[in-house]
Amino acid sequence: MTTELDVAYPARKLAARLATAACCAAVAIALVPLLAVLFYVAKRGLGALSVSFFTELPRPVGERGGGMANAIGGTIELVLLASAMGIPIGIAAGLFLAEYRTTRLARVVRFSADVLAGVPSIIVGVVVYATVVVRMQHFSTLAGAGALAILMLPLVARTTDELARTVPDSLREAALALGASRWRIAIHVVLRTAAPGIRAGCMLAVARVCGETAPLLFTAFNNRFWNESFADPTSSLQVQIFTYAMSPYDDWHAQAWAAALVLVAMVVVLNLAARRVLRGPKPA
Amino acid sequence: MVNDPAAISPSVRPIDEAPRASVDRSLVALGGAAACIVGLVLLALAVSVLGMALPSIRELGFGFVVGRHWDPAHGDLGALPFLYGTIVTSVVALLVAVPVALGVAIFLTDLGPPPLRRPVAALVELLAAVPGVVYGLWAAIVLAPLLRTTLEPALEAHLGFLPMFRGPKVGVGLLCASLVLAVMILPTVASMSREVLRAVPTELREGGLALGATRWDVVRRIVLPHAKSGIFGAVLLGFGRAVGETMAVAMVVGSRPEITGSLLSPGYTMTSVIANEFAEATSVLHVAALAEIGVLLFVLTFAFNVAARILVAKVRGSESATARDVPAREDHEAA
Repeated sequence: MTTELDVAYPARKLAARLATAACCAAVAIALVPLLAVLFYVAKRGLGALSVSFFTELPRPVGERGGGMANAIGGTIELVLLASAMGIPIGIAAGLFLAEYRTTRLARVVRFSADVLAGVPSIIVGVVVYATVVVRMQHFSTLAGAGALAILMLPLVARTTDELARTVPDSLREAALALGASRWRIAIHVVLRTAAPGIRAGCMLAVARVCGETAPLLFTAFNNRFWNESFADPTSSLQVQIFTYAMSPYDDWHAQAWAAALVLVAMVVVLNLAARRVLRGPKPA
Repeated sequence: MVNDPAAISPSVRPIDEAPRASVDRSLVALGGAAACIVGLVLLALAVSVLGMALPSIRELGFGFVVGRHWDPAHGDLGALPFLYGTIVTSVVALLVAVPVALGVAIFLTDLGPPPLRRPVAALVELLAAVPGVVYGLWAAIVLAPLLRTTLEPALEAHLGFLPMFRGPKVGVGLLCASLVLAVMILPTVASMSREVLRAVPTELREGGLALGATRWDVVRRIVLPHAKSGIFGAVLLGFGRAVGETMAVAMVVGSRPEITGSLLSPGYTMTSVIANEFAEATSVLHVAALAEIGVLLFVLTFAFNVAARILVAKVRGSESATARDVPAREDHEAA
């Protein structure tokens, strides 16, 4: 290293300048596609967006107009249903992982959650198809939500785990000294202390599955109309974007851009809200 | 009477210990059960995808992995074109994304102007938040025509002596899929590398600076060598992401199960063939073959993710490698 630093200072200073410039260039390159995507989604999406997009059902090919009311409703329904399944189990599992962190079960489950988070989402779709759809003999909202819940589980569990572990042990010990039992500590001390972070983590998990399309292809499938019950297939913005983008029709492409705009808006709002929750005034 | 806790505070009531202990036990059991669900879901996924693939594994054997033809109608099923497509698109995506991602990570930890670091980090995270299907839409309608009219002719004109830059200029194809994947894995690699770089102790940086090193000397001679294996882990994690991504690739890869050696020609990947054919597959063997591709995907992503986590955890010490998903951490840089 001495030899390296023996190089004249001006030369090293120049190298530092160049490296800094290269890093700035890398940032610029990284932001180009982001801005390009957001620009096109905003431009083409706003052009195609109208009131009927939010209120009407899709029209058949050739007929102009129509909307994606059922797809918007479908996405919301799928995500709410998935959250209802995934979040409570995820938080409970995460608390267990944190409070019993040294047990063998916790280690195995933590590893499983990490692996599960890396499993391609299409595989989840295939398995839910084989286990739920085939047995029920038709595509359903419930199957789609189940697939999304499986994707949420490891995210919520690991976030809860990580955040619960940052709660200082002195708080746990204080509660123990007051005679609180372990579950009481987990729920009233640990969960409450880590609550803002966990809430933000759940919102990010919801945002993640909002955009998940692959697992819905063979589970929630698609529907030209409103789904009448959870046992019916449902339309969703994600799948509609895919179907419409792959079609050869220009007005379907326009609808796909409008759907993309709505979907991106939902995801971005959730992300910003999660940041706000984290930054929000801490109760002193 | 003074000893009665209820007299002191109405909220403190003497509680019978026995039912409390049993409530405690059952709630702990509930938490344990929830944890078990996570493990069991993973096990169920692995077992059932393997079960679905059994007919294909039994009938086609190892030939499936090296078979070059994919003709479901005649039961001639080989997965090599998909393995090839997945590996080529993922590797090209890494080649494009990793240098940029590393630059971004170094910008965020060491070289960037401090006031810019936070907004840039937020924007990179936004890049990760955009759904894959939206990238796919953009790639299919904007990027692919751009490739067809500008980039691909330019590539062939200047680099056409390499067979991988010769071929049909149709826009959609392996190159287009690789570029979309590069955009999608960039935030993963960047934020993971940032975590790793940040884990390098500040004392080491300060020591270098005190000896008269420039910030870049510190990065090159101290920080990067220290974080090497963790960065390698971040790259592997990006590879796992790229291998598993489905929608954006399915929309622009061209869906042709061929091995041509050219980046410009249409191809196919493991994830996109499942997305396109699984719902329509009718023969038992076709379904099983698609499931077997799923098994290969599972094994591939499993191996890469586990390797990545081990490498990253090594640099970050006892801290867990998934903290990237933990939002609380990002506020540290404000300090």
